Amino acid sequence: MPDHDQSQRRAVQISVNGVEHTADVEPRQLLVHYLRNTLGLTGTHWGCDTSQCGTCVAWLDEEPVKTCTVLTVMADGHRVRTVEGLAQGATLDPVQEGFMAEHGLQCGFCTPGMMMTARHLLDHNPDPDEATIREAISGQICRCTGYENIVRAVRHAAGHPSQPSGASAADRDSEGASTVAGEPSQEVPA
Amino acid sequence: MQTPAPVDYARAHSVDEALELLERYGGEARLIAGGHSLIPMMRLRIAQPECVIDINDLTDLDYIRMVDTAGDSYLAIGAMTRHRTVLASPVIGEHYAILHDAERVIADPIVRNRGTVGGSLCQADPAEDLSAVLSALRADAVIVSANGSRTVSVRELDDGPYQTVLEDAEILTEVRIPIRPGAGSAYEKVERRTGDWAVAAVGAYVVLDGDTVRDVGIAMAALGVEHGCATEAEEYLRGRAFTADAVEEAARLAAAATNPSPDQRGPVTYKRHLADELTRRALRRAADRAQGRI
Repeated sequence: MPDHDQSQRRAVQISVNGVEHTADVEPRQLLVHYLRNTLGLTGTHWGCDTSQCGTCVAWLDEEPVKTCTVLTVMADGHRVRTVEGLAQGATLDPVQEGFMAEHGLQCGFCTPGMMMTARHLLDHNPDPDEATIREAISGQICRCTGYENIVRAVRHAAGHPSQPSGASAADRDSEGASTVAGEPSQEVPA
Repeated sequence: MQTPAPVDYARAHSVDEALELLERYGGEARLIAGGHSLIPMMRLRIAQPECVIDINDLTDLDYIRMVDTAGDSYLAIGAMTRHRTVLASPVIGEHYAILHDAERVIADPIVRNRGTVGGSLCQADPAEDLSAVLSALRADAVIVSANGSRTVSVRELDDGPYQTVLEDAEILTEVRIPIRPGAGSAYEKVERRTGDWAVAAVGAYVVLDGDTVRDVGIAMAALGVEHGCATEAEEYLRGRAFTADAVEEAARLAAAATNPSPDQRGPVTYKRHLADELTRRALRRAADRAQGRI
């Protein structure tokens, strides 16, 4: 048996939403827990623990992944983008605007993962039809909307790709905006 | 909350480095690629490796290329090729529609961003789709070690459920699929819901010369067949005219060879029925593709 300490921590450097973070982590730690517990980025939700439900979806480099099934150490040297990285300052991403406009959420638990997948889809296919949207989110579960409003939300975002949303976001009451932006206070307890 | 047992981690930057790490840890290390089977198994403590060796940096094993040597044409797929890459590949769609049939129903798009061809084969899950597909296609797997490389038929790759013939310090690096004129292929899967494992699935590959079956491969997932192959049905069809009666008899033979387990996905009789019906559908669609009808 090799002489090593199995519990030894590993130094990692991960760029999350454009900010470099360093930490010493246990190799067994899952990326979702690093994001939530170490960085406090609780917008990425933690659901089924078995890569079924998709609420933990964030981007690893350029691809959406289920962060409950990636070890933090595997993200060392890579970039992660979470739902907190969608908005540009006070300007919401068109996907976030779409989810607000079309009531693409009720409890909000699946929303961060849905929006990260939607952003990736629209980056590669700016005008997806309904079937394409449904395929893209087929690895993610929503128990509130029946998916109808999520599909509409993505279509809305496709139809308003670069709207100058700063003005409209400023007009909106802050409560509605913060729900979509996924602030910790809006989190559903796991 | 399910947490893996304490584990060490090493990242390999080359196949040689991965082999060295495997040698060092003996049988206590596991390679991790997409991780979508291994990490859940680690959380459930079904798997408790001392070390996981991350091979995601082996991007030189992420490729799809045609190889045309004297009298031997094949398509080579690197072991680290992601499912999404296979699904997006026009050359695979042109030559092996069966792979696109299967990739569309393997897990979901997010999981397909991570999961790899080599990982799927080495997991050797009896319900895994690509093992059946590549067995139907009579593909070979290239396995390397510090001592060189060897080639094993994908049909011989598994050594029982979740076991492969790979030694502790070997790595599967590539699969090779023969290119044959007049070939067509198809995959038929029944699943309970999107992204689920198969209730039953059948892959078929036929090489037709006019109406005559020059070669055929039939492989099944989740149906309790050794190495997943319907060898009696294959032997029956080879050299025969591809007729409705022949398809019916081949499907009967394929279903009779199954030994499915009754579980929450259905009873034995239902799964045998699926084996019969899916074999017919897969054979017909493969033949239609071989003859350019679809």
